[in-house]
Amino acid sequence: MDRSIEQQIAQWRAYVRRRQAIHGPDVEELEGHLRDQLQALSDVGLAGDEAFLVAVKRMGNLDALSREFARAHSERLWKQLVMASDGSDPSANRAPTEKLVAVCLAFAAAIAVKLPALFGIRWNDGGAMFYFRNASLFVFPLLTVYFLWKRGVGAARGLRLALPLAAGVLFANVFPFHKGGDTEVLTALHLPIALWLVVGIAYTGMRWFTGGGRMDFVRFSGELVIYYALLALGGGVLILFTLMLFESIGMHAQWLVRDWIVPCGAAGAVLIGSWLVEAKQSVIENMAPVLTRVFTPMFTVLLLVFLATMLVTGSLIDANVKREVLILLDLLLVLVLGLVLYAASARDPQAPPDLFDRLQLLLVVSALAVDAVALATIARRISLFGFTPNRVAALGENLILLVNLAWSAWLNARFVGGRGSFARLERWQMAYLPVYSGWAAIVVIVFPPLFGYR
Amino acid sequence: MDVGKDLVAASATPLVLAILAEGESYGYAIIKRVGELSGGELRWTDGMLYPVLHRLERQGHIAAKWSESESGRRRRYYRITREGRAQLEEQRRQWQVVDGAMRGLWMTAALA
Repeated sequence: MDRSIEQQIAQWRAYVRRRQAIHGPDVEELEGHLRDQLQALSDVGLAGDEAFLVAVKRMGNLDALSREFARAHSERLWKQLVMASDGSDPSANRAPTEKLVAVCLAFAAAIAVKLPALFGIRWNDGGAMFYFRNASLFVFPLLTVYFLWKRGVGAARGLRLALPLAAGVLFANVFPFHKGGDTEVLTALHLPIALWLVVGIAYTGMRWFTGGGRMDFVRFSGELVIYYALLALGGGVLILFTLMLFESIGMHAQWLVRDWIVPCGAAGAVLIGSWLVEAKQSVIENMAPVLTRVFTPMFTVLLLVFLATMLVTGSLIDANVKREVLILLDLLLVLVLGLVLYAASARDPQAPPDLFDRLQLLLVVSALAVDAVALATIARRISLFGFTPNRVAALGENLILLVNLAWSAWLNARFVGGRGSFARLERWQMAYLPVYSGWAAIVVIVFPPLFGYR
Repeated sequence: MDVGKDLVAASATPLVLAILAEGESYGYAIIKRVGELSGGELRWTDGMLYPVLHRLERQGHIAAKWSESESGRRRRYYRITREGRAQLEEQRRQWQVVDGAMRGLWMTAALA
């Protein structure tokens, strides 16, 4: 092909490259198509630039094309809001309203946290466990409302989510828990996990099982944790200055910090954080995948060294501190699962397996090995000393995570071996999400009566 | 006569799956095959095929790999998977229902 055509193709390529939804390999694929088309056209006798014009015209309007690419690859949308320029997306010109709604809901959350105090339930007056059990209930309903509003879900359909939230209120407050009992702490810890699924359903606009929004919700959750940590950091500085400034004029502001700034701030920050994640997703590169990339190799090394040490020295995990060990193991598996999930959320599902995928497989397998060794020890202890609510809850979580990671490892191994697609691993992870909430709901609903509210 | 936009969009998935069921292929060849099959009456905007292919790949109905073409350039070849064949079968059943219903109506219209 002559030089001017090559130049025109190069120009066209540069022009397509600027489309954020169309990635490098896609451009190459489209360019290949263009060249095949040019060849065919010049074979039937069209001159060079005539052929080029026809071929480009047949390729279609680039705006429409990049929109289609963005639809087919929704993970690209996450970073680049190409759909916003579509005009069909009603959220494009809702930014100011949205800010107002988010701030109002944050205030509502702050007020909700202070409401029980009107009825004499105080944090430092024996009410700490009440606040602990109900922590998620102050915030999640408002967060649910925010997403229902944002996704334009009608009130009638949205009201269906009130049922699980009401059930949460019920199970957090009707059981006659023994003071300082394990089941009460378990309820407080598990209720947020169970109800997070409700927020997720609202996030996907009531289309949890049919739409492709579940991975977006996983991304959202990770980003929210990061934004929340940043907001908490800022809050800490605010508190520090509040204390110091009033101290300097001889007044004590501890009560202000304890009764107002901390509880109201902690509740409101969830709403503000969520709004920031939603609003800034196009501005800042996602952090969760970046952290994943950094820490996956480190944790892999840690686990491998730990396994090797255990093998060489022959010292097994001490099961005498059984409760702590079980919790530690659960946290380890959660962490590994998080690394797998966030790596998946940022990955191009069509890219071939690379070194990072192999590394991740190694991480999952070594975590499974550590877990298997420890579980065997603990199972023996439980068979000797019987069940407690804590042990059963932790063991259940361990099994759920173990099943997920074992199957993930299998799918990952097939993918790395070139006999499966990455999309299957992603689908498996997404299909498994409700299991966590399901188990958490069981712990909240069944465990207290089962173990006599101890 | 050109086939309408909605109908083109609706028929894209079964067409691509059916063509790939004949054997491994790539974008440009798929478009050419569609042209041949429809006598040139079913016209796609060429670029639009690729998002469709990528979506099908993502759903696991087809698999893709880069390999060298006869001209020496890299080219992305697609082939149908087992799940894709099942999906094609499902699509075939659905289209037969539509086709059957329409046929009945055309017949009555022709007799009237």
